[in-house]
Amino acid sequence: METKNIMIVGVGGQGTLLASKLLGRILLENGYDVKVSEVHGMSQRGGSVVTYVRYGDKVYSPIIDKGEADFVLSFELLEAARWAEYLKEGGVLLTNTQKINPMPVITGAAEYPKALEEKLTALPIRLDAMDALGLALKAGSAKAVNLVLLGRLSRYFHFTDEQWQDAIEKSVPAKFLELNKKAFALGAEA
Amino acid sequence: MKTLMLGNEAAARGLYEAGCSFVSSYPGTPSTEITECAAKYPEIYAEWAPNEKVAMEAAFGASLAGYRSFCGMKHVGLNVAADPLFTLSYTGVRGGLVIGVADDAGMHSSQNEQDSRHYAIAAKLPMLEPSDAAESLAFAKLAYEISEKFDTPVLLKMCTRVAHSQSVVEPSDRQEFTPVPYEKNIAKFVMMPACAKARHPIVEQRTLSLQAWAETAEINRVEDGTDHSIGLIASSTSYQYVKEVCGDRYPVLKLGMVNPLPVKKIQEFAKSVEKVIVVEELDGIIEAHCRAIGVQNVAGKELFGCIGEFGQNYVAEKLGMPVHSGKKLDEAIPGRPPVMCAGCPHRGLFYTLKKNKLTVLGDIGCYTLGAAAPLAAIDTTICMGASVSGLHGFNKASGEKNAAHTVAVIGDSTFMHSGVTGLINIAYNESTSTVIILDNSITGMTGHQQNPTTGFNLKGDPCTKIDLEALCHAVGIRRVRVVDPYDLAACDKAVKEELAADEPSVIISRRPCALLKYVKHPGPIEAKPEKCVGCKSCMKLGCPAISVTGGKVQIDNTLCTGCGLCRQLCHKGALGE
Ligand SMILES: Cc1ncc(C[n+]2csc(CCOP(=O)(O)OP(=O)(O)O)c2C)c(N)n1
Ligand code: SF4
Ligand code: SF4
Repeated sequence: METKNIMIVGVGGQGTLLASKLLGRILLENGYDVKVSEVHGMSQRGGSVVTYVRYGDKVYSPIIDKGEADFVLSFELLEAARWAEYLKEGGVLLTNTQKINPMPVITGAAEYPKALEEKLTALPIRLDAMDALGLALKAGSAKAVNLVLLGRLSRYFHFTDEQWQDAIEKSVPAKFLELNKKAFALGAEA
Repeated sequence: MKTLMLGNEAAARGLYEAGCSFVSSYPGTPSTEITECAAKYPEIYAEWAPNEKVAMEAAFGASLAGYRSFCGMKHVGLNVAADPLFTLSYTGVRGGLVIGVADDAGMHSSQNEQDSRHYAIAAKLPMLEPSDAAESLAFAKLAYEISEKFDTPVLLKMCTRVAHSQSVVEPSDRQEFTPVPYEKNIAKFVMMPACAKARHPIVEQRTLSLQAWAETAEINRVEDGTDHSIGLIASSTSYQYVKEVCGDRYPVLKLGMVNPLPVKKIQEFAKSVEKVIVVEELDGIIEAHCRAIGVQNVAGKELFGCIGEFGQNYVAEKLGMPVHSGKKLDEAIPGRPPVMCAGCPHRGLFYTLKKNKLTVLGDIGCYTLGAAAPLAAIDTTICMGASVSGLHGFNKASGEKNAAHTVAVIGDSTFMHSGVTGLINIAYNESTSTVIILDNSITGMTGHQQNPTTGFNLKGDPCTKIDLEALCHAVGIRRVRVVDPYDLAACDKAVKEELAADEPSVIISRRPCALLKYVKHPGPIEAKPEKCVGCKSCMKLGCPAISVTGGKVQIDNTLCTGCGLCRQLCHKGALGE
């Protein structure tokens, strides 16, 4: 099997690392060779962050380059636009429609681009945009955006619900299990 | 059982399996998790030392006592530890000694992108370089064998993409190491000239033996290809990019040991292909070696350059292979640089420095983000400790006039690392310098490690807490005062008064990092847009939770901690009472 590529992008502090950990776990359990590349350090302080998840028979490079991604899972709309170029033709851009202003926009040095969702539909990709924050809040916490998005992503995979539930149980602290499962379910149904 | 591990986690597993029992390190991205993961094994004693030199010397002490030991650091940490490194090469070891060093090509979290291989060459030490997590584990274990067999410290070189990528490993059990009983050996361990002169030829001989080992070592292997018009030499992630792009087309010489490099193996590989291309990040070290041993048909840096990190598209382009590309949105997309967190205790102090239009010699930590707009309150960042020592030179050279509006800022961990020696210089050589210690009770930037000022050790147990005030007094600073950086009026007063004093002074800006679990926040403040006149005074703080849209202030409730700084700047009562 050819290597498949999933990028998880967002803003430092949004919980992208949990999403990649969970994906890595479920892919490994399904017998794939897996590589997951993360960012630590400086950019985690509210900067643009990206995690690469690759799987297949044999994975070499730990990163994903422009034009290679099958999926970009984006936690924020501007980040979706920033990383869209990494999708291959026909790749899926699954994004939260939430907008978080970066510092240059807050200070007035730059403008948050208008009508991004509409502009993204013009690219040769599949756009799947959703209000993940709204669903996360419905599940009980803004922090559950990651599980909402994973729930939606699960629809594109053939893994069973038991496998997802098992991966969630092994990846999130027991204290927040209920909340996260609810967020996942809301994302999967949306 | 197969499991996914970060390269750093796998290296720690390798230490564990090899029977390592002592780890002393100083944090630094991308090396930190090796030590954090090692600390989770009860069989391993692990600690954060105040800096890399201390860590390396402590690890040497454990080796001298006969135990397998380790110390880890980032590339620039090896500069700090270079002094013991060069002489430990002469003394050799007793229990195996492995030194982990993690490079950061592309500078994801660093102030330069120096290539650590130069140290291996200069100090004449073997260096292993894994290309994924499984190799990180295997090479860590192999490093101990090499260390003891050849009587040498061994460098284990990581890089960001190996250290911070998870891949599949198969852990095995720990093999306990029987400590080597202590024996006094002056000729081997007392490096005064007479003894050192006798040791140097041993070092040179060791390099030859290691080179012979490198010729047949399994970790330097040739993977054959179908097309011999090109042969590729690579190690680390460059190897992964090469395989990703070329598959089995061209033969690849995959190097697991990058110092010393084999001679015959490379010459023979070169003979088996029409042209050799070396794919290596940063400097052209393998390429230069190829030329030095008479390989004519070699290319490398003329194609790849020595700046930044590679990726598969870059390697494909340089090798003339198909390059992937995607469709870009035709739109200006604003950057998203990292920022100090909402509620960060550093913010109030930096606002004060900016307001007083001070020249600020800065240092390295979360507070380096104080250099970003709108605060833009830092004038320099060089290396850990350089703020305090640089301030002294600046003030001495340019006189009282400048000293009255120039300060140094340094974090608690950085002050312990190498700030206190600079402060001793200020006291001893008497400059009227004002040093501000940003004491947020943690090593923030590298992901929240304990340090000597926090009162907790690496394992999270309570321990001796170094008293910063007493320390500053003890080195000869009489004026030492503490301020709360959430109190802007107090910060302003303290800074003005200490700058006016005609003797050295230290201001400790004290408030724990807003992300620490034990810190209780009052919760988001309530914005009252109807009272807001759109003056944007609050915006000068650069708090990511505040924005003014359509002339009215808004607070992002998911970010605001309620630190109250913005409230102190709003004269219209639009930010709470
Ligand atoms: C010689 C060296 N070692 C390690 C690092 C990595 N590093 C950067 S900042 C920092 C410590 C920051 O802690 P502190 O001074 O307490 O400031 P904070 O981030 O908490 O604000 C470290 C370890 C480095 N840059 N240089
Ligand atoms: S991690 Fe702590 S010290 Fe660093 S920017 Fe955030 S609040 Fe400030
Ligand atoms: S109180 Fe004001 S300055 Fe403090 S975190 Fe909230 S919005 Fe930011």
